[in-house]
Amino acid sequence: MYRYDEFDAAFVHERVEQFRGQVVRRLSGELTEEQFRPLRLMNGVYLQLHAYMLRVAIPYGTLNSGQMRGLAHVARTYDRGYGHFTTRQNVQFNWPALKDIPDLLDDLAKVEMHAIQTSGNCIRNVTADHFAGAAADEIVDPRPYAEILRQWSSLHPEFSFLPRKFKIAVTGAPRDRAATQVHDIGIHAVRGDDGRLGFSIYVGGGLGRTPMIAHRIRDFLPAEHLLSYVEAILRVYNLFGRRDNKYKARIKILVHETGADEIRRQVEAEWERIRDGVLSLPADEIRRIEAYFAPPPLEPQASDGLAGARAKDPVLDLWVDQNTVAHRVAGHAVATISLKPVGGTPGDATADQMDAVAALADRYSHGEIRVSHEQNLILPHVREDDLPELHAALADLGLATPNAGLITDSICCPGLDYCALANARSIPIAQEISERFAEPARQREIGDLKIKISGCINACGHHHVGNIGILGVEKKGEEFYQLLLGGSGDETASIGDIIGRGFAGDEIVGAVETVVDTYLEHRSGPDETFLAAYRRLGQEPFKEALYGGG
Amino acid sequence: MFKEAKDGPVKAITANRLGDGLVVFLTENGAWTRNLAEARLIADGEALEEALVYGRAQHDARVVIDPYAIDVTTDGEDPQPIRLRERIRADLGPTVAYGDAERAALAARAAPKGG
Repeated sequence: MYRYDEFDAAFVHERVEQFRGQVVRRLSGELTEEQFRPLRLMNGVYLQLHAYMLRVAIPYGTLNSGQMRGLAHVARTYDRGYGHFTTRQNVQFNWPALKDIPDLLDDLAKVEMHAIQTSGNCIRNVTADHFAGAAADEIVDPRPYAEILRQWSSLHPEFSFLPRKFKIAVTGAPRDRAATQVHDIGIHAVRGDDGRLGFSIYVGGGLGRTPMIAHRIRDFLPAEHLLSYVEAILRVYNLFGRRDNKYKARIKILVHETGADEIRRQVEAEWERIRDGVLSLPADEIRRIEAYFAPPPLEPQASDGLAGARAKDPVLDLWVDQNTVAHRVAGHAVATISLKPVGGTPGDATADQMDAVAALADRYSHGEIRVSHEQNLILPHVREDDLPELHAALADLGLATPNAGLITDSICCPGLDYCALANARSIPIAQEISERFAEPARQREIGDLKIKISGCINACGHHHVGNIGILGVEKKGEEFYQLLLGGSGDETASIGDIIGRGFAGDEIVGAVETVVDTYLEHRSGPDETFLAAYRRLGQEPFKEALYGGG
Repeated sequence: MFKEAKDGPVKAITANRLGDGLVVFLTENGAWTRNLAEARLIADGEALEEALVYGRAQHDARVVIDPYAIDVTTDGEDPQPIRLRERIRADLGPTVAYGDAERAALAARAAPKGG
């Protein structure tokens, strides 16, 4: 993975000391809250419902074991012993005291982490496929390009005060595991006819109060032009994006109001002007960055003992089947560590669990860990024959729930339990759903089904692209939940349909069960997923089941 | 960010503490408490306006951040905020277990029964 050079280390250190001075001046009264707020936000510090919250960037969701131990240290020393992994592959700490945050950031810098550009109207953490560098279906590891974008976008002077925040996601595989089409820019690696590497470029996707699927504005961009093309997009957005209304300031609104064809024309015109300038990526520089992401030395091998172990242990068998996928190197697997225990808070991990995962990464995954936007952790390089030991260790930690991709593997924002913007709680709904569908055999019968829950219209829980999406609202002082069906964040991305009137807090899980039962009743067979069945059947059978006729 | 209380006979003033961001409530003697039961309860009108002015001065004095009034009911033994958002704040934490407490609860549930 990428290692800080001297410039990076000096820059982050200077930034920590700068923020330390700002905190001192705030506490001494030299800065008012109004003056301080934008400064703290630039360093990832929010004020939430109960306390300050610090959002720490995890570039493209890649961590090494030392960094995970660093996060555990922060959770234990400065917080209440846990952290929350988010839908942007970041981690949030819910309780740090303002006066402690400079020391916290100093400790983070020691493991090459920071909180810069995790808030504000700038280019946020670049996200990527969480199976990057390991997936069998990968065209290219997207992380070197995500890292190039990170370096380019860090404190980019032209793009530090955009009309609104800006999110970029990159996938190196045809299977889109990074929800790229609901990002401001989505980047898909593709091979040209001559085998050359390039990217398809999508623009104008997003969720929030105006959900939109991105438009593909270029089918093939040679890899060396990535930065100049993205810069051209940012320039068009920076110039024409609305600054008069924050709810209409994202690039998706600009694309929608201007038209994708006209945006493409403007971007291409700007790109023609700058394409062969300083932002062209020399092949040597790409190779230099790629070297940081060189895969570990894995030898293809036949698995000796896994099949026998699975035959003897149905719990292990279930976990391997559900939580591991094929690695690009034979005899290895990519293992998902579910942060969705039945009845637990999606995405949370204790400091002890973080330390333990770091130790398991060292032992079984060459020290590498990923964070998924689905709020799980990944060990990307595990020998198949190590899976039984790994599973046993995870089970001892409460981290072996065999539900990756199933109905209890919900995405869920912090909601009204933590968030100052939320209108309704989301965590208790996720917990109740996971308890209702806890039985492994029932989950497996239902099959792949993504539930995504947000506690307000800002959609941090991605409810618009849940196969079943749930949006919490406040109605006459009570929590109320809208139900959306048919959304998807994958390569067939779609925005879910609001299916009808909402449900009270004590009704919504029953409504989800009704939807699931209707799917089971109408699907063509066990191989037809919920999403496929919904797309075939449409809303009617679900509406009928939820609301009756008439 | 939040809705100012507009009706209801009784109010309390709440804010977050500057140094640690934790939720606090204004007391009778002008201090701040973590316990809503110790908060000053204020009727609408001039007294409320004065309390909000005092809260703003405490904001300017770097004691708290962004004080505002909330509706409170005194029907029960202790005062309770009317809005769920404020009830969660007054409970000083989420409605769900977290961290080691959640982990322990989940582990206890997963443990074999009997014995």
